[in-house]
Amino acid sequence: MQSLCFNPAAPGFPPLQNQNNINLTLKSPRPAPFAPQYPRRMPTRRPHRTPVQAGVRAGGRDGPENSILPNLHEALLNPKHDQGSSTAANRVRGSLPGDQPGRATLRGKRRPIQDGCAHVTPWQVAILDLFPLRSSFPLSSPWGNEGRAAELRGNCTMLGLSLREVSAALKQGQISPVELCRKCLSRIRETRFLNAYITVSEDKALKQAEESEKRYEKGRALGILDGIPIAIKDNFSTAGIETTCASHMLKGYIPPYNATVVQKLLDQGAVLLGKTNLDEFAMGSGSTDGIFGPVRNPWSYSRQYREKRKPNHHRVDEDSNWLITGGSSGGSAAAVSAFTCFAALGSDTGGSTRNPAALCGLVGLKPTYGLVSRYGLIPLVNSMDVPGILTRCVDDAAIVLGILAGHDVKDSTTTQDPVGPFILPILRDVSKLCIGIPKEYHTPGLSSETQALWSKAADLFESKGAKVVEVSLPHTSYSIVCYHVLCTAEVASNMARFDGLEYGHRCNVNVSTEAMYAATRREGFNDVVRGRILSGNFFLLKENYDDYFVKAQKVRRLIANDFVKVFNSGVDILLTPTTLSDAVPYVEFIKEDNRTRSAQGDIFTQSVNMAGLPAINVPMALSSQGLPVGLQLIGRAFSDQQLLTVARWFEEQVQFPVIQLQELMDNCQSIFQHEKLTSVSLK
Amino acid sequence: MAAPMLQWARAGRCWLLGPCPRRMILLFAEPGPGRVRGQSSAAAQEPRPGAQEWAAVVGLEIHVQISSNSKLFSGSQVTFLAPPNSLVSFFDASLPGTLPVLNRRCVEAAVMTGLALNCTVNKKSLFDRKHYFYADLPAGYQITQQRRPIAINGSLTYSLGVGALWSPSATKTVRIKQIQLEQDSGKSLHDDMRSQTLIDLNRAGVGLMEVVMEPDMSCGDEAATAVKELQLILRALGTSQANMAEGQLRVDANVSVHHPGEPLGVRTEVKNLNSIRFLAKAIDYEIQRQIKELENGGKILNETRAFDEKLGCTVSMRDKEGKQDYRFMPEPNLPPLILYDTESLPMGADPQQVVNIDRIRESLPELPSVTRERLVEQYGILPEHSFALLNEDGLLEFFQNVMKETRAEPKKVIGWILSTFLGYLKQRNLAVSESPVSPSSLAELLSLLDDKVISQPAAQQVFEELWQNQGKSPGQIVQEKKLELLHQQEELEEICQAVLDQHPQEVTGIFFVTSGEWGGGCHQHKWLEVSSKAQVFPADLQDELWGWLGVTSGH
Repeated sequence: MQSLCFNPAAPGFPPLQNQNNINLTLKSPRPAPFAPQYPRRMPTRRPHRTPVQAGVRAGGRDGPENSILPNLHEALLNPKHDQGSSTAANRVRGSLPGDQPGRATLRGKRRPIQDGCAHVTPWQVAILDLFPLRSSFPLSSPWGNEGRAAELRGNCTMLGLSLREVSAALKQGQISPVELCRKCLSRIRETRFLNAYITVSEDKALKQAEESEKRYEKGRALGILDGIPIAIKDNFSTAGIETTCASHMLKGYIPPYNATVVQKLLDQGAVLLGKTNLDEFAMGSGSTDGIFGPVRNPWSYSRQYREKRKPNHHRVDEDSNWLITGGSSGGSAAAVSAFTCFAALGSDTGGSTRNPAALCGLVGLKPTYGLVSRYGLIPLVNSMDVPGILTRCVDDAAIVLGILAGHDVKDSTTTQDPVGPFILPILRDVSKLCIGIPKEYHTPGLSSETQALWSKAADLFESKGAKVVEVSLPHTSYSIVCYHVLCTAEVASNMARFDGLEYGHRCNVNVSTEAMYAATRREGFNDVVRGRILSGNFFLLKENYDDYFVKAQKVRRLIANDFVKVFNSGVDILLTPTTLSDAVPYVEFIKEDNRTRSAQGDIFTQSVNMAGLPAINVPMALSSQGLPVGLQLIGRAFSDQQLLTVARWFEEQVQFPVIQLQELMDNCQSIFQHEKLTSVSLK
Repeated sequence: MAAPMLQWARAGRCWLLGPCPRRMILLFAEPGPGRVRGQSSAAAQEPRPGAQEWAAVVGLEIHVQISSNSKLFSGSQVTFLAPPNSLVSFFDASLPGTLPVLNRRCVEAAVMTGLALNCTVNKKSLFDRKHYFYADLPAGYQITQQRRPIAINGSLTYSLGVGALWSPSATKTVRIKQIQLEQDSGKSLHDDMRSQTLIDLNRAGVGLMEVVMEPDMSCGDEAATAVKELQLILRALGTSQANMAEGQLRVDANVSVHHPGEPLGVRTEVKNLNSIRFLAKAIDYEIQRQIKELENGGKILNETRAFDEKLGCTVSMRDKEGKQDYRFMPEPNLPPLILYDTESLPMGADPQQVVNIDRIRESLPELPSVTRERLVEQYGILPEHSFALLNEDGLLEFFQNVMKETRAEPKKVIGWILSTFLGYLKQRNLAVSESPVSPSSLAELLSLLDDKVISQPAAQQVFEELWQNQGKSPGQIVQEKKLELLHQQEELEEICQAVLDQHPQEVTGIFFVTSGEWGGGCHQHKWLEVSSKAQVFPADLQDELWGWLGVTSGH
């Protein structure tokens, strides 16, 4: 058992300055409050000296100014594009039917990385913010090639690499942890308008990166994540870093301890960049209902989306037309999707990791309940919460899961059986797999496009020899109401601790303790949270308990048994949609209330949480609008390894395109000028 | 010797509003478990003239603080009187994201207590959250065991004393409904001057066993005696220090009155009972109050009342005016608590991770009732002596240690311990452990007395000396003070002559008053003084004197 002493009177952790939050009222792409801790120089073109230093340093000195350099790759792809306004160019690997001819493609081939292992490298993205790629860029040549590596060092900022790749790059000294960290921090600044981060812990991150650098210099890297920047959803406790849950109630709350998952990442040497945005206390499916404002989906600014959109949109309309990320882990999804970090933690109670992963074209893993510790995760529904993992490829998710999984003495609900290691075998033959297609998931609200892609995915499995069967999860339709009762009841209970006494917001009312409680909670929680507290307490009343709570628990059991029956019948993996459709514009999304939205958003994901099963969103293809559509794979309890293995096979088959964010940079300026919705001043 | 027996000597009270010794019959004629209904029917059979009789029903909820190093669900220490908020973990302060981790020791203590109270130990028990807002409850809920407690259906047997004539047959049993594990709350200190409340969370999260006793008791004495017995059991088990003054044993009493044969009355809950004496007093007061209220045509409210020690009465706390709904909910962060017996123990289970009921049963220490029987049998002492030995913390051990080292008769030893030794302690308000006289010193002293090396009065003198000057052995004191008895005949004769010369009146007085028998009263006192001065064993001196006076020894 832990033996921790906490003295509320002790000075503890001083509030962090300049790191607490992102001020969204900024009008300039070079915001003053974001005072960087390292010298900031005016942009000057520097001669390309040694590839590593020059490339990286220049990259570290961020800003749109860098974009004055011509981007040859971009020019290659789109000859008419205004070179001066682009900082990021992206490559697409794989060829999907929707791909345009002439685009550089890169097939995911197994290429040996210098750690000696064979790897699939699904994402070969390099955000080219400084130096042009040569047209003869040998895209599919192996990493091990010296000349290629040198080119990469010179040409790429590495932000789009997979974990293994960036780890290898760090190990080989192609980039230093500090340089990488600065790149990410600069990227965060550039993409600030996405509102992905609530807190950027710049000083701490740089310090961690410096320590990592020292370890690399001594050849004593802690683990595969050493020096790799990551982001954490702002409902995980982080020692010394404000943890708000996007609520007034916890504004200014600086936890004195790290969540177990955070600690495990730090123990691996990971560099914690900051805390990502979410719906208040993770209650929502849009990342629109937090006090720091909504998160914008980076795909809103992708070339893929912009090109497919109707051309007659007026500029202002375009800006208000930005898309939601899904939620509630939308900040983490946006952070990973916009290449500000290499992986992020979300949480998943009803789909909060898989949903934004689907809408942001990411891999979103919800591990089996009990596989990963919840200690330090500020709870929504204890019996369903699981820390989620958001990455750009399945392999990365497996790596992070390998680090996080396992028994935690501080969380009695974690399994005591040995787990992992989550090293994914290469799946070549799927003929022994049985894929279940739950018929109840053909719901009226499912978009025809998603429906079609779902069928296509099923056909893909079938065509490769897997057995695909229709299965029934008969109690699926009760999932939403059942979840509503169980969720609100636990919310009512979990939120009881926020009374303004020990921590968090406290009102000025001091008439009586009760009056203080009431006013504090009234001021501290938004309508969604208060609404759930109210319903939950209603369901828990003595006279209602049996009619609601007990009944909902029974239904939960039935839902869980549905899955057990299906898996016992020989099905290995269930294939379902993750969301009803691709991402919708914010203005559309907020027309419905949070409850309706959550019910719709969680429809395919929620019952998995009821049953505690592992599930993963794998991006499949772009919709006709040029937006990601993801599919969900669900596995048996504690068969996360199998699930990931199949997910990676699927990922390799579908060759989902990389987000092309060059326009994101273009539009920074105009977005800041038209900033309206997210003008939330924090202080 | 009567003083330590006082606890047991108080008679049951009568709940008639007039003088009525009949109630005592009603109380104690009842065989077996003291069920109220049984008493009622017995009462109904007896025709009662005059005032209509009332029967009182008392049930107890006892919160027992588990003696453990750390709290029930966190690693913070459990210590009494530590600086405020110095023993508070993140979990105790309910920091968001923290989770409970069950303390194995607390589970074992509850199982042990359950077994000692003849309970059925549930192999699967569950934890629940009980919600209410209070400043010293940081999480807004208490983790307890509402649906399925760790132990159920037990019983506790206790013996009542009646008057000076202690009777071992007055044995009663109270049923134990359940024992549940739960968290303690913090402490609120109300500063009325500055109208603020200070919160100390040191106690928040400390492990409690709530022992729920069925309403099988009918007066303050019964309740007090049952609690006293429970206290002894807990101490014997080591599962709690059960010190009421330090809040390790807190009793809430549910009290109601009704006419025998009629349904039970509305009950009140009496809180703030922090000593066994006040417990009895508060319950008796509350019974009287309810009877008076009803006799005057009033009504009893289902309310919580506090006992005011100074006024000696109960007063309404008015904290349950609105109906409290605790909105119980399963604690989702704790899986069901599974206990094993040797049969169900899974193969290769980590002994650190499982609790084996059979193993605990085997390790149960001797319970007080058995100890008392053993003492009576082993030492031939009176049953009331066995009670007295157990009622004082550490006294039994002291007695046994003395017995190990002395040749003196157990009856003599118990006499010395219960009268002289305990008297000294009580007078100075000391615990047995604080005694300046060690068991071996007393043993030596009693051996000297038994060997007739010193006289009884001399022994008292030595004891006094031992009490005052630690570090000296009784033998040394006897030598220094020259208190050895004289056994030489000539010396004895000399002394007799001297006594007769110096105290003719006393000697003759004793002789005549007692007609040759061992005198009493002031004479005895004088006699002892005389013999003590003489360094003579009183009986020897008496024999000698009697011989001189031509009387046959009468003793």
